[in-house]
Amino acid sequence: MEALDSLLHGFGVLLTFHNMLLMLVGICLGILVGVLPGLGGPNGVAILLPLTFTMDPTSAIVLLSCIYWGALFGGAITSILFNIPGEAWSVATTFDGYPMAQKGQAAEALTAAFTASFFGSIAAVMLITFLAPWIATFALRFGPPEFFAVYLLTFCSFVGLGKEARHKIVISLALGFLLAAVGMDTVSGELRMTFGSVEMLRGFDFLVAVIGLFGISEILLAMEEHLAFKGQEAKIRLSVVWRTWLTLPRYWVTLLRSSAIGCWLGVTPGGAIAASFMGYNLAKRFSRDGANFGKGKIEGVLAPETAAHAAGTSALLPMLALGIPGSGTAAVLLGGLMVWGLQPGPLLFVEQKDFVWGLIASMYLGNIAGLIIVLATVPLFASVLRVPFATIAPMIIVSCAIGAFAVQNAMFDIWLMLGFGVVGYLFKKTGIPLAPMTLALVLGDKAEDAFRQSMIGLDGGLGIFWSNKLVGTITTLALVMLFWPLIGKLIDLARGSGRHEPAGAAGSGSSRA
Amino acid sequence: MLKSFVAKRAALLTACVTACLGIGAPAMAAWQPTKPIEIIVPAGAGGASDQMARMMQAAIQNNKLSPTPIVVTLKGGANGGEGLMDMLASAGDPYKMVISNSAIYTLPLANKLPFDWRKLTPVSILAFDNFVLWVNAGSPYKTTQDFVEAVKKEPAGAFKLGGTGSKREDHILAAAVERIAGVKFSYIPYKSGGEAATQLVGDHIKVNVNNPSENVAVWRAGQVRALCVFDTEPMNYPAKVTADQSWKDIPTCKSQGIDFQWIMLRGVFLPSGVTPDQVAFYQDLLGKLVQTTEFKDYLEKQALKPSDLKGAEMVKFLEKDEALYKDLMTQSGFVATN
Repeated sequence: MEALDSLLHGFGVLLTFHNMLLMLVGICLGILVGVLPGLGGPNGVAILLPLTFTMDPTSAIVLLSCIYWGALFGGAITSILFNIPGEAWSVATTFDGYPMAQKGQAAEALTAAFTASFFGSIAAVMLITFLAPWIATFALRFGPPEFFAVYLLTFCSFVGLGKEARHKIVISLALGFLLAAVGMDTVSGELRMTFGSVEMLRGFDFLVAVIGLFGISEILLAMEEHLAFKGQEAKIRLSVVWRTWLTLPRYWVTLLRSSAIGCWLGVTPGGAIAASFMGYNLAKRFSRDGANFGKGKIEGVLAPETAAHAAGTSALLPMLALGIPGSGTAAVLLGGLMVWGLQPGPLLFVEQKDFVWGLIASMYLGNIAGLIIVLATVPLFASVLRVPFATIAPMIIVSCAIGAFAVQNAMFDIWLMLGFGVVGYLFKKTGIPLAPMTLALVLGDKAEDAFRQSMIGLDGGLGIFWSNKLVGTITTLALVMLFWPLIGKLIDLARGSGRHEPAGAAGSGSSRA
Repeated sequence: MLKSFVAKRAALLTACVTACLGIGAPAMAAWQPTKPIEIIVPAGAGGASDQMARMMQAAIQNNKLSPTPIVVTLKGGANGGEGLMDMLASAGDPYKMVISNSAIYTLPLANKLPFDWRKLTPVSILAFDNFVLWVNAGSPYKTTQDFVEAVKKEPAGAFKLGGTGSKREDHILAAAVERIAGVKFSYIPYKSGGEAATQLVGDHIKVNVNNPSENVAVWRAGQVRALCVFDTEPMNYPAKVTADQSWKDIPTCKSQGIDFQWIMLRGVFLPSGVTPDQVAFYQDLLGKLVQTTEFKDYLEKQALKPSDLKGAEMVKFLEKDEALYKDLMTQSGFVATN
């Protein structure tokens, strides 16, 4: 009940005209930067940070965190409309969101994505409200072996649960690992595969790769198909929102499962990206209609969006309670906290009640306001698809180039983006999935660091991944995921003539293995 | 309010007219920026260099020390190598300054990065960062001697020491402590000091050598214990930080039997080929900056050691410091040979 009192206090701090206005401004700006590929939350927050130096800390964090919520919402828009993820964690949203848009269901997909985002965020905020101290302690139990186990789980669930041919998934993963290794190696302190080039020093940025792999390659494919574009009959009535909402309660299991995955991965720095992929893969595996994922199923939009936003929101908790940023945006906010004279860490919750609970209250209000704003814009964004493709394609390419440039202010990245565009095109032609490569690019060097850190010291050996209950459970779970196709087959065999059973998770697994 | 605004405008206008007409003494034709100044941070978001840059940006803007805005750009690739190489390539550009630490020595030595701080223009060293020996508050080691005894009893390498990166300041310090105290740690490199701090609290490592600012939050929360500071004298901040300790209460490692001084510069450089006028502008700007309350608060909060080294004195220090790094890194085998 103490948490409820504190929360009410937080609403008291927040509910001034000034703060509410900042909130709305922040959300609108956030949606704007979220829509532009590359110019995501971290950039938006960093650009506006200097404006907040003279504000009081509570108003400042309300403005900046609302930019963050806005960007989280906005990231889904281009994923669904153009197959270009506006944010790293929107990659999984493209899998079913884009096919839906092509079938003329852009408005439904957008509504589902926004609502799922809202659901995931609120679940994470409630977790922060009531369990913050407990979670902070739990996060401390993560050392290198635990981190590695979490990354392993993410990779294994991809291989084990993926729909594509497994050797193609592994090829894609391996290429991603190779690219992730470019640059400074944390553990040895050596430069790898930079070949004396200054441009290669910073390695391959994930966002540049994603914009090229998904965005540019999509344009290339569309050009090949003589600029045919199938989204033109998109309905733009606001009533679509209500009709879509009516279908959502049916997917409550997916929403809850994705929220749980997101909250858990957000607290550990596996982050929103891993969460969105895992949410999607698990939903696909456990859905009654898993085979139709990737062809435009609403569940395939709900699952990754819920997970990504639950993770994106709960990533703020380690930043506040431990001073460890769980995401890029959280890292920029962390810099801001110091300028405002606040010291993130275990005492922040004790010493700066106004600030912390004001922020938590703004998570509730910001998400509600954000949902209303983005839902109101659904018809507007969906109608973008009515513009002839020949007109909009050059604009997409330009905005992709700006996004790739903005990541590091580097011209070289635009060339990289074009290169990745060609790679993406070839991958799509040969049926190699792009998602494993992007996942490996993000988590590859983190996983490598964690593995090698685990191996240092006298207890270094593979046994360390089963050295306590926590890490042992995660590692075992990862192996189960990896061998799921085989395990599923065994379960089927054990059931013997159990053919009257409805085709569940195990059944569909064996049919493809 | 309005009156004072108008008056200020009028004063500005007069100043401008005077300057434009060249009425002011021509000998003092000081250089002034006419477009935004960029602070290059050769480190990631949220780290100590980033925080310093944001503080400078805030202090300069709030006190109107510069006629044009300040922009912070992060170029943290390759432990800051990206930002340093960018400075090398920006010869003659007076709108870029970099806040660097000892990466200016370690990157060329350990990674053969074609960088030399002599190819930049040193402006001033704003502060020095200390290093402190920290253990988990739940551990039985109350003093440095307790700790060293305990490490000696265990097999070599049983104690895990965590730090930022590999072949950098934390790693060099750890290797020096090993030689002086006659012990052996397993060094675990992390991405940031913040990570090394939480890993110590979570008992995944036994000890770290974090800067004060990296550990202050968990120290205040009573989760870690400070054993000694690697400097010739205790830090000069007597205000209580934890319930019963101030920074000044931490004894020097020398007094505890580990005779070693290790401090890290936080200095500002311009690219090569800038004019003396331009350097004078920045020295003046930074001179005013260190007088602001924002900067003084920042020093105290991060427990940084103030410094007023600039010009020839700064170059002298850099040369001495670089020789020390080279010597220690050679002893530990961190210098790239091939």
